Amino acid sequence: MLTGFLQLLAFLLAGETLVYLLALPLPGAVVGMALLLAWLLWRGREPGENLGKAASSILQFLSLLFVPAGVGIILHLERLQREWPAILGSVLFATLISVGLTGLLLRALSNNEEAGHE
Amino acid sequence: MNERLIGLWAHLQTLPVFWLALTLGVFHLAGLLARRMRGFPLANPVGLSILTLSLLLTFTGTPYARYFAGGQWIHFLLAPATVALAVPLYQQKDRIRSLLTPLLLTLASGSLLAIAASVGIGWALGASPSSLLSLAPKSATAPVAMGIVEKLGGIPSLTAAVVILTGITGAVGAPWVLDRLAIREPAVRGFAMGLVSHGIGTARAFQESEQTGAFAGLGMGLNALMTAVLVPVLYRLLA
Repeated sequence: MLTGFLQLLAFLLAGETLVYLLALPLPGAVVGMALLLAWLLWRGREPGENLGKAASSILQFLSLLFVPAGVGIILHLERLQREWPAILGSVLFATLISVGLTGLLLRALSNNEEAGHE
Repeated sequence: MNERLIGLWAHLQTLPVFWLALTLGVFHLAGLLARRMRGFPLANPVGLSILTLSLLLTFTGTPYARYFAGGQWIHFLLAPATVALAVPLYQQKDRIRSLLTPLLLTLASGSLLAIAASVGIGWALGASPSSLLSLAPKSATAPVAMGIVEKLGGIPSLTAAVVILTGITGAVGAPWVLDRLAIREPAVRGFAMGLVSHGIGTARAFQESEQTGAFAGLGMGLNALMTAVLVPVLYRLLA
């Protein structure tokens, strides 16, 4: 598991390196995820036991990892007091409308795809 | 004795490990509470924890920076966790390959829709221009959204707050919306949840099934890329 975690950090650093060298407008972690996926696909077999364990144990706590950043909301109480109907309205309605339409679109397109192959 | 206790509090609250332990403790209790209140949609562990900790900081007059000295040890793990999403994605590679065209078409439209709806609704309800900029990338994962807003001259920490609110809304509301629309395919549910409500939606999707979670991770990763491209372009067109 230690070597698995080391692998995750190595791909994170590789992502950070690529972002720096190519001046990409993306976070290193997202590029690191793409690099790890590319490496797994290129190798063409299941991830080793260590990497699998490290990945599943960190993903098990994924939602906890957002808490410290979320508490940062207390820095913006004044703005929220002034603009809460607009900000809350945008967050609630845009999110729910987007989820619904995205789901409907993907279902329609994937049914089409499957029908086309038959 | 009372003086001693006040002295103890003054000492403990300077220790990062105090805030680290408090965050873990609050999250643990929020998880227990959410499990007990299963079925009550607002019982989301992330939302409950943020609410509890924010109230604690406000009542004790603790500055966010002092809290974050402990919280950063948890926050740091977000980056390796994002990298780790490649593993469940790899395990879904055959399913992804067979759906590649629909996934990419949905990505382009869904990403544009999420940005347009956020800015459009915010504008209609009278949000200020700097808030609108912070709302635009709110479906992308926090570090991406913050990076975009910082480059365009917005307020990154407000973006972080809005992004996390979006995640909680998705985690709580998306399963309900998808049920109402009778969308049951795990791949479709996951992709929509991850695309619109990033990592928090993805964490929720993993509770439905491994496949739902993997497609949520895919939606989140692809939308991070798409939002990073679309928001600066749209900003230049509109500003």
